[in-house]
Amino acid sequence: MFRVYLDHMATTPLDREVLAAMLPFLENSFGNPSRMYDLGAEAKEAIERARESVARLINASPNEIIFTSSGAEANNLAIRGLAKANQNKGMHVITSEIEHHSTLNAFRSLQKEGYVVTFLPVNSYGEVSVEKLESAITDRTTLVSVMLANYEVGTLQAVKEIAEIAHEKGALVHTDAVAAAGNIPVDVKELGVDALSISAHTMYGPKGVGALYLREGLRIVPLIYSGIQEEGRRGGTENVAGIVGFGKAAELALRHLDKVEKVRWLRDKLIEGVLEVEKVELTGHPEKRLPNHASFIVESVDGEALMMALSFEGIYMGNGTACISQVLRASPILLAMGYPSQRAQCSAIFTLGRETTKRDIEYVLSKFPGVVAKLRKISPLWDG
Amino acid sequence: MYYFINMTEQKQPEIKFVEGIVADAVEDVVYRMCPMHLMRLEERMKELKKGQILELQTDYEGALADIPDWCRKTGNELIGVEDTGEFFKFYIKKTVD
Repeated sequence: MFRVYLDHMATTPLDREVLAAMLPFLENSFGNPSRMYDLGAEAKEAIERARESVARLINASPNEIIFTSSGAEANNLAIRGLAKANQNKGMHVITSEIEHHSTLNAFRSLQKEGYVVTFLPVNSYGEVSVEKLESAITDRTTLVSVMLANYEVGTLQAVKEIAEIAHEKGALVHTDAVAAAGNIPVDVKELGVDALSISAHTMYGPKGVGALYLREGLRIVPLIYSGIQEEGRRGGTENVAGIVGFGKAAELALRHLDKVEKVRWLRDKLIEGVLEVEKVELTGHPEKRLPNHASFIVESVDGEALMMALSFEGIYMGNGTACISQVLRASPILLAMGYPSQRAQCSAIFTLGRETTKRDIEYVLSKFPGVVAKLRKISPLWDG
Repeated sequence: MYYFINMTEQKQPEIKFVEGIVADAVEDVVYRMCPMHLMRLEERMKELKKGQILELQTDYEGALADIPDWCRKTGNELIGVEDTGEFFKFYIKKTVD
């Protein structure tokens, strides 16, 4: 069966070049990078080369990159680590209502420890309210964390503006760039952020490795205690092959950024075709969104049912953030954007990759109307 | 294997508490895990000239034993320690090349 993978926000396939770069470190070059003999030194050198590539992708310095086990760990480290390191200055921290669960739950954990957390609301496009940030922030606020792009609706946030407002009050700024990095240019200096999370597996790298950019000179309380790994900021023997793969994935992501316009063109064709089906609505901002992201509410069609039905046709798409979609039926992000619960269950997300072709999009558009019609026929909510 | 050392049985080095020392270089390893305080101390001291002072900032309490030990072994002078309440500032003068 012809297969079309359009769920690149959940994960991406491993690039063959990434796999080739990783293999030696799963076979003969297995040394512990903390060992000073040649087998350890070659692993250490490979990690440092990967650190340079990852830093280059986001215009950071290599010493500003801390490798982690995931984007979620990077988010946790940034939020808990920066809040703890600055708690003498204040215990007020700010985030938004539409963050990834690794951010929301890290803030909730701080809340249980006595921090005051403000969850900023969003408008119907999923844009975080800058005005609400201005009214919530005080001199006692130590951290503001707002994602660069949202996974479910693709909306890009005004992170640069948010950083300027936060810095005026002396607060640090973190952004979760897991969904954005590799899909749009990400520049930590241009954004003006103090910390930024990225992950390998959403940019054709391996699962199990992420990174936190932490601006030089900032202190952070570790999450995982051990020794000298990551300059004493993140313990545990390094995932050498994973980190090497991340380095190669970052190098390729930078090289392939010129494919963004092709992806955007294909994405626009997909949106145009999907919107031809009656009672389908685009979610998120129509322009200020990731170029590979198309998300919809398909009236009276359960998102999970649609995802499964399309998979039987060889089409893989998403119905919410991958790690929560099995538990929560209504998308908390769509609820925060003001959609009623019933409609927030009808979320359909297509996220393209650099390997997506015109044929893929045509195939999806040839199957989508029929699958929707079939599901609506059995839907108790459909009155069409 | 892990070894647990009862510090009370060891001879504690005498530490002079100071304030207002002006250093030639500052190294911040606050919240960095042990033994970063010793690794960075060694690296930074190599960069300094004889007679210059390093201010090493750390929250690691074990440094109160490690850094005087390191100074004694290497022949450098520990001028003293400032306790900010949040972390320590160790002032080390390079006295040997």
